[in-house]
Amino acid sequence: MTAPAAISLTVNGERVEAHVLPRLNLADFLRDHLKLTGTHVGCEHGVCGACTVRVGGEIVRSCLMLAVQADGAAVETIEGLSDSGEIADLQAAFRDRNALQCGFCTPAMLMAAQDLLRTKAMPAREEIREHLSGNYCRCTGYQAIIDAVETTARARMEPKA
Amino acid sequence: MKASAFTYARAASVDNALELLAVHGERSRVLSGGQSLIPAMNLRLISPELIVDIGGLAELRGITARGETLVIGALTRHADLLGSSDIVKCAPLLAAAVAHIAHPAIRNRGTIGGSLAQADPASELPACMLALDATIVVRGPAGERRIAAEQFFTGIYETQLAPQDLLVAVEVPLARKGSVHFFKEFARRHGDYAIMGLAAQAVLDGDEFADLRLGYFAVGDKPVLAKAAGKLLGTAMTPARLAEAADALSDELDPHEDQEATPAMRRHLAKVLLTRCVASLLDRPDLLHIGGHV
Repeated sequence: MTAPAAISLTVNGERVEAHVLPRLNLADFLRDHLKLTGTHVGCEHGVCGACTVRVGGEIVRSCLMLAVQADGAAVETIEGLSDSGEIADLQAAFRDRNALQCGFCTPAMLMAAQDLLRTKAMPAREEIREHLSGNYCRCTGYQAIIDAVETTARARMEPKA
Repeated sequence: MKASAFTYARAASVDNALELLAVHGERSRVLSGGQSLIPAMNLRLISPELIVDIGGLAELRGITARGETLVIGALTRHADLLGSSDIVKCAPLLAAAVAHIAHPAIRNRGTIGGSLAQADPASELPACMLALDATIVVRGPAGERRIAAEQFFTGIYETQLAPQDLLVAVEVPLARKGSVHFFKEFARRHGDYAIMGLAAQAVLDGDEFADLRLGYFAVGDKPVLAKAAGKLLGTAMTPARLAEAADALSDELDPHEDQEATPAMRRHLAKVLLTRCVASLLDRPDLLHIGGHV
């Protein structure tokens, strides 16, 4: 039906029940309905990567997923990763290395970078580049971003005191 | 932009999906991973009235070996192909190709069935299906059809699928003893659509080709299984023979012109990839230097 459909999902660990129009994409649902505006909307056709979120633990483009497709799913946004402290070190590394200018791409860059570091402890620079290749930074800050990811990987490898 | 309004139906089974498609036909579109369909809808290139979401159908998922065939369910995602030990063992060409498809976030949603049904002439998997001599399994109102990949792709975004049909699986012959593969594409940046590319599967008999299937993509309105490969079978490879096959390939292809390349450039790149492919598969680096194109 073009009428709203009921969906039930978790977003950053919290249960969310909503009625959404089928045409509503997940990015707009997160931003406009849940006011989680850390997920950015750039190109709206899957090219820029600014809307990257985690669904079921895997990164996806939230502009290329309908909110109705997220029924039953566990969605995590930058707000969740930030508040839980999961990426505190990565955020600090971005800040220290000036790995952002305007900041528009940053939430999704952090999402994609953390996705890589969860599966590969010490990726080569080329692997970092490849994993972030779907995320555009129009301030052209790529070198600093890759530096920050590499620094974080190295720091996480060090034995904890 | 945002997609225009549509009616959404979540299929409860393959039969249910087929019923919906039978009723709504051309007014409907099938949603699997959505990584091609949703961009097209967001750009308002298409505005279907009904979306039939097959994403929840477990019966369309998974990779299973059945006799001499690997059956890959339509909803198998690119990320699943990349991480599958069965694919690496039985159809390693697919693993090599999938690494070139877009980016991790896209590969986590995009499916093999969606990619083949979309039939973008610049995409990797249709050419792989030609090289692997795969069979596309389709269900429609009249039952199941099994279509050879060579017949399946008919034009730009066009296949043998009717609006009432559902692509349910692909069947790939298991790699035979002596099988080798080659995959290479030229793209501006990693993950971009290819300017042109080659997916090749071969069977070696000593230092000769017993079989060689060359699936070219981004060379026209559909992927091409190059007949020029026939000139390279069952014969000791020489620079002259390879050059002859490269010329035949150039005559055979009818590449398109777009902002990425002219037809002449695509013909040239096709010959370059042929040379690299043959040199790589036969482990003959000396062949790379024929005719000056490396």
